[in-house]
Parts: sequence; structure tokens; C-alpha cells
Amino acid sequence: MDYGMISAAYIAASILFILSLGGLSNQESARRGNLFGIAGMTLAIVATIAGSTPISLALVLMVMATGGAAGSVLASRVEMTAMPQLVAILHSFVGLAAVLVGFGSYLEAGTQFSGAEKVVHQIEIYLGVLIGALTFSGSIAAFGKLQGILSSKPLMIPGRHIINILIGLACIWFGVEFVNAGSVSDGMTPLLIMTGLALIFGLHMVLAIGGADMPVVISMLNSYSGWAAAATGFMLANDLLIVTGALVGSSGAILSFIMCRAMNRRFISVILGGFGTSASSSSAPTIEGEAVPISSSETAQLLSSAKSAVIVPGYGMAVAHAQQAVSELVNKLRDSDVEVRFAIHPVAGRMPGHMNVLLAEARVSYDIVLEMDEINDDLPETDVVLVIGANDIVNPAAQEVPDSPIAGMPVLEVWKSKTCIVLKRSMATGYAGVDNPLFYRENTRMLFGDAKDSINAVLTEL
Amino acid sequence: MIIGILKEQSDGEKRVALAPTSVHAACELGFKVQIERNAGVHAGFSNEDYIDCGASIVNTAEELVNSSEIVIKIRAPHDGRITGTDEQNLLKSGQTLISLIAPGQNSDLLSTLANKGVTVLAMDAVPRISRAQKLDTLSSMANVAGYRAVVEAANHFGRFFTGQVTAAGKVPPAKVLVIGAGVAGLAAIGAASAMGAQVRAFDTRPEVKEQVESMGAEFLMLEFSEEGSGEGGYAKTMSEEFIAAEMTLFAEQAREVDIIITTALIPGKPAPKLILADTARLMKTGSVIVDLAAEQGGNCELTRPNEIVTDEGLTIIGLTDLPSRMAAQSSTLFGNNVVHLLSDLSPNKDGKLNIDMDDEVIRGMTVVNGHDVTWPPPAPRLSAVPAVPTPESSPPVTPVLAKKSSAFGTLVSLVIVVAAILGVGAVAPTSFMGHFTVFVLAIFVGWQVIWNVTPALHTPLMSVTNAISGIIVIGALVQMGSSSATVIALSMVALFVASINIFGGFWVTQRMLRMFRKEQ
Repeated sequence: MDYGMISAAYIAASILFILSLGGLSNQESARRGNLFGIAGMTLAIVATIAGSTPISLALVLMVMATGGAAGSVLASRVEMTAMPQLVAILHSFVGLAAVLVGFGSYLEAGTQFSGAEKVVHQIEIYLGVLIGALTFSGSIAAFGKLQGILSSKPLMIPGRHIINILIGLACIWFGVEFVNAGSVSDGMTPLLIMTGLALIFGLHMVLAIGGADMPVVISMLNSYSGWAAAATGFMLANDLLIVTGALVGSSGAILSFIMCRAMNRRFISVILGGFGTSASSSSAPTIEGEAVPISSSETAQLLSSAKSAVIVPGYGMAVAHAQQAVSELVNKLRDSDVEVRFAIHPVAGRMPGHMNVLLAEARVSYDIVLEMDEINDDLPETDVVLVIGANDIVNPAAQEVPDSPIAGMPVLEVWKSKTCIVLKRSMATGYAGVDNPLFYRENTRMLFGDAKDSINAVLTEL
Repeated sequence: MIIGILKEQSDGEKRVALAPTSVHAACELGFKVQIERNAGVHAGFSNEDYIDCGASIVNTAEELVNSSEIVIKIRAPHDGRITGTDEQNLLKSGQTLISLIAPGQNSDLLSTLANKGVTVLAMDAVPRISRAQKLDTLSSMANVAGYRAVVEAANHFGRFFTGQVTAAGKVPPAKVLVIGAGVAGLAAIGAASAMGAQVRAFDTRPEVKEQVESMGAEFLMLEFSEEGSGEGGYAKTMSEEFIAAEMTLFAEQAREVDIIITTALIPGKPAPKLILADTARLMKTGSVIVDLAAEQGGNCELTRPNEIVTDEGLTIIGLTDLPSRMAAQSSTLFGNNVVHLLSDLSPNKDGKLNIDMDDEVIRGMTVVNGHDVTWPPPAPRLSAVPAVPTPESSPPVTPVLAKKSSAFGTLVSLVIVVAAILGVGAVAPTSFMGHFTVFVLAIFVGWQVIWNVTPALHTPLMSVTNAISGIIVIGALVQMGSSSATVIALSMVALFVASINIFGGFWVTQRMLRMFRKEQ
């Protein structure tokens, strides 16, 4: 296959990828979009294999088949509650591949370029490996946190900002060494050292960020994996890689932006980590009142006599695996003509859109699952709001206490509804360590216990 | 400590201070409970019920008071003047009495008890603040009275409440006017509209409009600018002009409605006369007036306290024992209020009373402390009127808006980006600039496309970008043609992991997207 044909195939693949992402603009076109993506990928791989001369086609196909089989098994077995982990581990693979391809490219192309082009190429390799290594170790750390292998609490090493700055400076210094290196073997040492430093940096950065900032971390790593692919594209002078990398990179960046906006926090302060560790002691105004518990039978009565109900799910619902029970509850209520809808805060759960996927898995119709902005205005007319395992995203302090750590964060205004029932294990504070005045409101009732058990108890009472 | 529950002596009083469930709760708090024989019989609670809940039965009032440290009853202690036991005389120094007292009207009682050294907590002197609502027996009893008022009205009203279209003809719904939207008024509104009547309500305090409407009634507004909110969430006396306008409204309404329920009370004053005899007689034959203010003289001129009278086909119900007519319900609620008080007084659940005079609620309720009369308490600091923002119920709301980047900031970052691109262009070789162009354009395309993705699909978006970033496989494929064994080995690993990404990413995306379904 000649170069022109390969380029044409790459252009087609780029367009298919763009269409694939465009398809996700709504649920109807999303599946077709995914098929576009698969088509684009197939085209790109076939064209590449046809245009290159691998030492053994059989070997290539065998390796791909093994990897593909592993990926398929992973994808078909994963539980929807574990999606964040899967996404994190997949990010790490992109990072790892970028590092390996970077090293390969350096070993391979040592003699190809000269002058300014050589410098540019060296920088491309260096950056590609750097971003790849960072993505790799960061994603592994994120995976560990989400899987519960590592503590989800932020790891606070004293002087961690200084450590990060030192690592950054060292990477720049080794970068200069690398570009100036006379031979491939001379350059290998700084490249390897930098890879090690980048791995440490990625690990350290994610470890310092707490559990509920995970939506931002996952989006950010998504973005990094894109930039790693783009950097690889530069080093291989491959436009398809550059385009795809840029698409993925900007997608992740937008998601990070949306997540930060939904928490009213700056990206940089999320990355610096440590949120929610100092806020709890200071500035918490004393809250008057008392949390009033409610039983499951009273909850059932309230729900069955309501005209409209809104359910606000949070990470607690995923932890308790309560989505199936919630779905049953919704069906039962809708059968008795209660209007039930879901209100999803952008940062509910551990990754963007996590709640939507869980509810979809539990066969909840997506047209009753609404975004925060769509439903906030309807809450004052709602008879019963059921908050399941969510805390900070329904905290009125965000609007009413100017010096609260979560001040200014957009929240679901559940306290404006007629009755708000909060399902919770205990009176513990949310991730932000801020006490929630919602629990002490006159129209709030607390249904204590495991979310799944509570919902099932309500179901039997209905 | 030992709690003793006295049997009520007053005529027609069927309630008892603690229902068996409350006895159980008091025992959980560490108290021992004993109760006078047959104290709960009229409320439907047998002696056995009490024994089952952990109480012991004592035969006489004398014996009971003698052996108790805390005495709890509903009505203020009887002086034995007309009939029955002299409860006041039985009480002795060091004991604590919890009951209704009406301290404003009973200064003699207060001084008698103070001379004896009895500490008295008045269940009807609970400060009107949110925190104390769980102790407020006046609210609990008003709630019962409001409900019962509707039941009594229905009993004397010859028609359905709800409108019906039947084969035998059409029945119009009953029209009910509730005057005074306090706890009793709101309960009456709720009960009447639940029975299907068309309910309208009037109150001098405009801020209750929302509450009235939330209970399903229409709020009658008076075109008049005078605020009726007094201290402590109660209404105050209104000006003459206002009252005149009010009377006109009531006269208009009287011609229309079938049932009037009046609940207007001003603390410490006789009930305002709102329904004059002439107004009442404007009502249709068969109509009913229930006067919940009968004990304070009544809101209607025709009301006779404790009686049900008829006047030209109109029934006027002036019963004052409505809570007692629902003794089981009232006793349960009263008991719950008392238990909440006990739990506040005994925070360690050790069955000991700790009367903390620095606590605003306890201070308000304690009308005799040892040998001192401590009524009236210092003026309440807070009002629970919703319209007036109070620090305790609704802190000043200053919406904190999300920070928005200014146009200036956007401009600055744009300039920086352009400068950076120019900077790259100045030093980089031509071959690089070609790829760089593609890169920058692709970012822009991505930016435009991704903003259109619905937030519900953000998780599939991440998994599909996972899959397509597996495109890095191309790099590995190209390197598979290398002559160096190390490079081949490296690229084989890269090929392997990237393949996991491609297959895993697309597969899981497809799996997820298949789950998103819409009901037909």
C-alpha cells in the first residue's frame, strides 16, 4: 500500500473518530457513534499493517488477539459500579504504551535526523515518555484508590509541594542533558532517570488527592492519555495519532473543567490535593436543631401519598449496590401514579456520568434521569425528595455560609422540597468534612442504615 | 428517679399523661415509672398494657405521690375543693411536677407550690422556638383539636363533604371556612380538604399564606395593609378599621360557606368576637360553626362554652374538650412531648433530672424552681415567625455565586496562546509546523464536539476515548518492522496493552450504551 492510500485511510479514520464522539451528543445516536469508532480503528489498523513491514504478521495478529481477548473479558465482566476502576486501568495502558513506543522510537531513530529536526524529535520523545509515565503511574494510583487497595484519604507528605517542584526542575535539567547527548547510549541514562521521576510524580500527585475529587482525577488522566498519544504522534510524525490524541486530550480537559465547575474549585487546587483535611475544624457554624429519624414504613407512606418524588443518588448508592432496589422502587411508585424523577449532580459518584450508567444498568428509563440544572427549579413543588448516599452535593451551606469550604459550589436545592428524606449510614460528614445543615432542617427526615436494606424495607412496606 | 403518673380527676378528662409507649421510652432513659391504677382506662390503655411496658401499678394517688420523685399529669394539680383528692396538698418539697399549669392565670397555684418547694415544669409554657417544638403540647393538642373540630362538624352537618356525581343526582362539595391558621387551623384545613371539602382560610398574618395553600386551602386576603404578627408567632390585636373590613369579609363568606371553624386566639386575652350573631344567622340552614376558642369566651357571639347549641337551624359547637374526645391520640402525643422533655433533662440517660436554667427552653418552662416562682421568664430573644428572618431558623441568605472568569481573563489567555503558537513557529522546523497545525485544529474540533456530549453519557465518553486512544497501537505496529530485537520486544508489549484498550474500551462502551433505554 502506498503512502497516499495510507494517508487517505488515516483521514477517513480521523473523521470516523470525530463522528464517534459527536454521536454521544444523545442516547439515540450514541450506539451508532461507537460503531463509527470501531470502524475507524479497524481501518487505521488494517492500513498500517498493510503499509508497514512487520517481521511477522502472524506474531502481530497473535499479540493483538491475546490483548484483545484480555480486554474483551475485562469489559464483559466488569460491574458498572467498578467502571471508574476500569477506566483508570485503561488510561494506564495508554500511558505504558506511550512510554514503550517512546523508548522504541528513540532506539530506532537515533540516526534519522539532524540539526533542528533532531532537537525537535528528541524533545518530542522526551515529552511523550514523560507524559506517558505520568499517566501510567497516576492511573495505577487512581485504580488502587478506586478499587480500595489504597486509602482514599489524601496522602499528605510534609513538604510535598517542594518535592513536586524539585521533581519538575530535575525533569527539565535531565531534558537538557538528553537533548545534548551525543549518542543513543549517552541519552539513555537521563531518559531512564526522568522516566523514574515521572512515575514517582504521577503516583504522588494522585495519592495526594482525596476520594471525592476522583471525577476530576479520572478526567484529568483521560486528558493526559490523549496528550501522550498526541506526543507519540509527533515523535512518529503520524497525523492520525496527533488528531486522535488531541481529540481525547481536549475531551478529558473539558470533563475536568466541568467537574471543577461543578465543585466551584480551581483545577490547580484540585491537583495540589489535600482538600477536606483542614476544613472540618474551622469555620463550622453551630447548627441549631435536631436530626429527626424516620422509619421505613413512614417513608413508604410518605412516598405513596406523594404526587411527585425526586431521587438524588450519590456515591453511597454505588457503594451499597442499591441501584437495582431503587429501580424497583421507582417502578412501583410509577405504577401507583407517583411522578418519579432522578436528579444527577455532575460530580455525583467517582467519575463523570457514573450515576447515569448505574441507573441505566438498573433499567431506569433515561428520560426521567435529569441534570441538576434541569430539575433544580422543580424541587420546590416536589412532595418528597429521597437523597441516597449523597451529602455535599445537597448541602445548603454552599449557598448560605459564605466561609464554608464548599461555598459557591452549585448544589441540588433539595431543602426547598416539601419533605426531604436522607438515607445515610450515620451522621458523619461528607467528603468535604463540612457538617450538613440539611439534616437539621424542619422538613428533613433521616432514614438511617445501609441504603440497599433501607430501600428494600421501604419496598416491602409499599 | 421514680416517675409517678396520676389519674386525671377533672370531669370528662379522658386523657392520661403518658401512653404505654412513652412509658417504655421513659424506662429506656433510666427512669422508673409507676402509674395510678386505671389511669389510662378512659384513653383505652389497660393496666396490663402499662405493666407490659415496664410500669408498676399503684392503687391510690396518695401512695403514688408519696413514693415518686417526679409527678406527671395533664391538668394542673387539683385543690380538692369541690370533689376528689387534694393533689396540691399531696405534693411535697423536693418533688418535681410536670403538667399543664397555665401560669399566667394561676398565680395562686404557683405560690402554693413554691411555698411547698415543688419544682414545676409547665408543659404549656414552652418557648415558641423551633428547637422546642418537640416539647410543645399546645401544638400537639391544637393539632388534635383541629382535626376533631372537623369530625364534630361533619357529625352535625347533614351532607357529604366531598362533591359527587351519582346516578341519583349531583352533590356539591361542602364549603368550609377556617379562621385562624395556627396549628389547630392548619390541622382543620388538612382534615377538611382530605374529606373532600372546598376549604378557604383567613388569618391576620399574611406570612401563613404559603402554609395554608400547602394544606390545600385557598387563602383569603384582606385588601388592607396591617401586619397581624405579634410576639412569639401568635397574632396580635388589630386596629378598628381592620376589624371592620374583616367583619365585612366574614359576612360575605357566611352567605357562601356551610361550615365555619374558628380558631382565633390572642395569648392572655379573651377571644376576639369575629362572628357576630347577625353574621352567623346569614348562614344557610343546616350550617355548622365549630368554635375552638370557646374556652376563652368564643369567637362567635352565639357560642356557649362546653355546649352544642342550635339557633335557627344553625348548629354552634362550643366544646372545649376536643383533645380529650380523642384521648388515645392526645395521650400518645402528650406523652411523646413529655418524653422529649425528659430526654432533654436527662442527657446522659441515667434517669436523673438536670434542670439547666441557662437553657432557654428549660428556663421558659420552669415556672417554680425550688422555693422561687420563676414566672414569667425573661422575654424571649427569638421569634419563630417565618416572615421575619431569625438567626435560629433561617440564617441570612447571601447566595454565593460561582466565580466566573472575566472577559479580560479570557482575552489574556487568548493572547498567551497566540504568542505561544507564534513562538513555536519561530523556532520549529517546517516539518514540525505541518503536524502542529493538525494538532491545534484537532484540539479545536474536539473542543466543539465534546461540549455537545450530554452529561448523562460522560462515562461512555470516557470509555470510548479510552478505546480510541488505543490508536497508539499504530506506533507499536510501525516499530514491529524494526531490525532491533529490543525495539521489537518493547513494541510487542505496547501492542499488547494497546489492544486491551481498543477491545476493552469499545466493548464496554457498547455494553453501557445498550443499557440506556427509554420507556415506550
